[in-house]
Amino acid sequence: MSIFSKGRVAFGVIAVGAVVALAGCSQADPTAPDTGNAGGGDSSQIVVGSFAFPESEILGEIYAQALKAKGFDVQTKFNIGPRQQTIPALQDGSINLIPEYNGNLLAYYDTAFTQRTTDDVDAALTDAVAKDNLTVYSSAAAEDKDAYVVTQAYAQANGLTSIGDLSKVQPFSLGANPQFAELGYGIPGLKSVYGVSDVTFVPYEDFGGPDTVKALTDNTVQVADIYTTSPALKAENLLVLKDPENLIAAQNVLPLLSKSIDTPELKDALDAISAKLTTDDLIDLRNRVEGSEQASASTAAADWLKNAGLL
Amino acid sequence: MGNFPLVVDLTLNHIRLSIIPIVLGFLIAIPLGRLTLTGRFARGTVITAMSLLYTIPSLPLFVILPAILGTKVLSDTNLIVALTIYAVAIMVRATSDAFFSVSADTKQAATAMGFSAWRRFWQVEFPLAGPVMLAGLRVVSVSTIALVSVGVLIGSENLGYLFTNGKQRNNLEEVGVGIIATLLIALLFDLILVALGRILLPWVRVDRAARRRSKRTTALAPLAAGDSAVAGSEGRS
Amino acid sequence: MNLFVNAFAWIFDPQNWQPGGVSPLPIQDRLLEHLLYTAIAVVIAAAIALPLGFYIGHTGKGRQFVIGFTGAMRALPTLGVLFFLTMVLGSLVKGASGVFWGTIVALVILAIPSILAGAYAGLESVSRPAIDAARALGMTEMQILTRVEIPLALPLIIGGLRAGTLQVIATAVIASYAGLGGLGRIISSGIGLNDYDRILGGAILVTVFALLVDALFALVQRVTRVPGADNGDRGLRSRRRASRPETVVETPTRERNVTA
Repeated sequence: MSIFSKGRVAFGVIAVGAVVALAGCSQADPTAPDTGNAGGGDSSQIVVGSFAFPESEILGEIYAQALKAKGFDVQTKFNIGPRQQTIPALQDGSINLIPEYNGNLLAYYDTAFTQRTTDDVDAALTDAVAKDNLTVYSSAAAEDKDAYVVTQAYAQANGLTSIGDLSKVQPFSLGANPQFAELGYGIPGLKSVYGVSDVTFVPYEDFGGPDTVKALTDNTVQVADIYTTSPALKAENLLVLKDPENLIAAQNVLPLLSKSIDTPELKDALDAISAKLTTDDLIDLRNRVEGSEQASASTAAADWLKNAGLL
Repeated sequence: MGNFPLVVDLTLNHIRLSIIPIVLGFLIAIPLGRLTLTGRFARGTVITAMSLLYTIPSLPLFVILPAILGTKVLSDTNLIVALTIYAVAIMVRATSDAFFSVSADTKQAATAMGFSAWRRFWQVEFPLAGPVMLAGLRVVSVSTIALVSVGVLIGSENLGYLFTNGKQRNNLEEVGVGIIATLLIALLFDLILVALGRILLPWVRVDRAARRRSKRTTALAPLAAGDSAVAGSEGRS
Repeated sequence: MNLFVNAFAWIFDPQNWQPGGVSPLPIQDRLLEHLLYTAIAVVIAAAIALPLGFYIGHTGKGRQFVIGFTGAMRALPTLGVLFFLTMVLGSLVKGASGVFWGTIVALVILAIPSILAGAYAGLESVSRPAIDAARALGMTEMQILTRVEIPLALPLIIGGLRAGTLQVIATAVIASYAGLGGLGRIISSGIGLNDYDRILGGAILVTVFALLVDALFALVQRVTRVPGADNGDRGLRSRRRASRPETVVETPTRERNVTA
């Protein structure tokens, strides 16, 4: 009789299952943040977070290094994930500052938002984030937008210049992050604003990174969401489709922070960065980190800060 | 090599995340392994339960634990608990075999000499079970260190970052550095364990040398061949 | 309990099984993909590892190498190897097949050690008298291998395949981060959307899948066991006494020759 007799297997399964069931009476949603801003101990310590793609890490480094130079107590916690993870992190105090993009941030709080220009979006944001005890500072001129991107060859072959032209090439495949299938400027917006609905969505985990670009150039997908500061746009001869209906709002970089660390000194320091940051800067920084140089995010950030006289 | 400080940071964190499961796994597996001696039912149930736990793939286990432990999805605790579970699963088998390998005669002799059950366990069974347990510990060590990097997918800061960041930037070198660093840590831990073995179990070398001498004189080597019966050598994923 | 209930509700929600859903749905597509990757990788790995294992087990040559090799392979971080190979093959091969073949190569490499170990351990466990008798009867080496050694070693060989298959299933879950499909997609998209029902649902699906495959292999192992082939516990115990510290230790999924 093997040790794996039916009785023992059953007992073993029940034993494991019982432990799971008994212990598993956790009602708390593991994806929701802790209620009450617990935060970690020191309330004057700044914890800078970032999204899980290089540009965000660079921006996080810029904030962190500039603040350190100004004498703030700074910790970093980069590459957390998409907004669905960073906002809960802000809410439960694991981080209290993060470089954000105004349009998509507003979209996260108000899926039906109608503001599209930088000023309108900024104005609406202060109220929108206040309910989570958060606030925003001035936005920079630097913008990095989601974009519907195709190869030049594909565009020329099918006469595509704007997003609306995509209705000519239905059905097609579109590659983007999983969130894109649910967001207002993503698949649902493509349908409601431009009337393009026969789309096969192919998710990629790399936020418009190498996998997504490769899928586009290999024609695994015909359209992809690649951000406007990506070095790949130039390197791979890609075309950003025009957006006349303003499906995608302004996406200026701005600091999102917890009200508990809001001080005039912090505002001055971060506003100084926003005043100097341009879209071309973002493209350059990304090129240094993601292109052939493969510089580290902290080096690229430090160099930019020195050039801007902020370090 | 401006990236050196980053790699060092990640390595230190990686080591920290590896040590706890290895040590805890070892400690928890000792009583569990000893338990399997008490009867066929105990042995069967424990081995089956461990087998089932070990079969659960890693990423799923990392994200199932929040439901059981009440942790956040992206918490390091999930990683450590999961790695400990795997460590225990591997180690229990080794400790069970190790205790089984201590001959009944030896145990009886100890009892006859007046050892209490407690003393007998710690001063006779445990040391004699040492070599096989050490072998199991080395397997646990290597597997744990390799598995820690998967934790980066749930936000853990360890050498796995070099893999995801390297992929994000199309930087093959970065990924390679991560693999090599992981292998080096595994090697380091293994050397430490072997050294610990030499110090704590000095009689093994004498025993081995004697057996090697006697082996040369036997016509068949079925025992030696059967010894290294191996099978369970997969890395975990 | 609530969370598990929600997760099961998500799994059994008929909407998630609707064909034509947005990836990672429908579930059955991801299940089939996962099965496909696993099957291809295991078959290729077996084609390489089994003959090699049989050779080493039968002739006894290269044992030390194999022990060292399997031990070293265990130290490889699967995520790193997966990304490394998908990046290399992705740049060599055009199109989505680059990622696909990169992943398959990684899965094959990770499965080979277990299958190899199972094969040669199985052959080594066959009783010497049986082999000697076969030789005395005038069988050729090949005949001994195929008619005596392999049939007697079947449980261990299948045990190695079992471990290898589970390794592949588990690694394929992570492969979704390398751009591949499969059940891992459900979990990764759940993490991306911060949707715990989906995360847990995906995790449960993979776990059940793994457990079922494991049980299937266990059944086959049981069926192929040859009674009275000197695979008894007694033999095991006597070998144990002489076990050396370098013994590469089993993991629990290997229910080796334990009869009770």
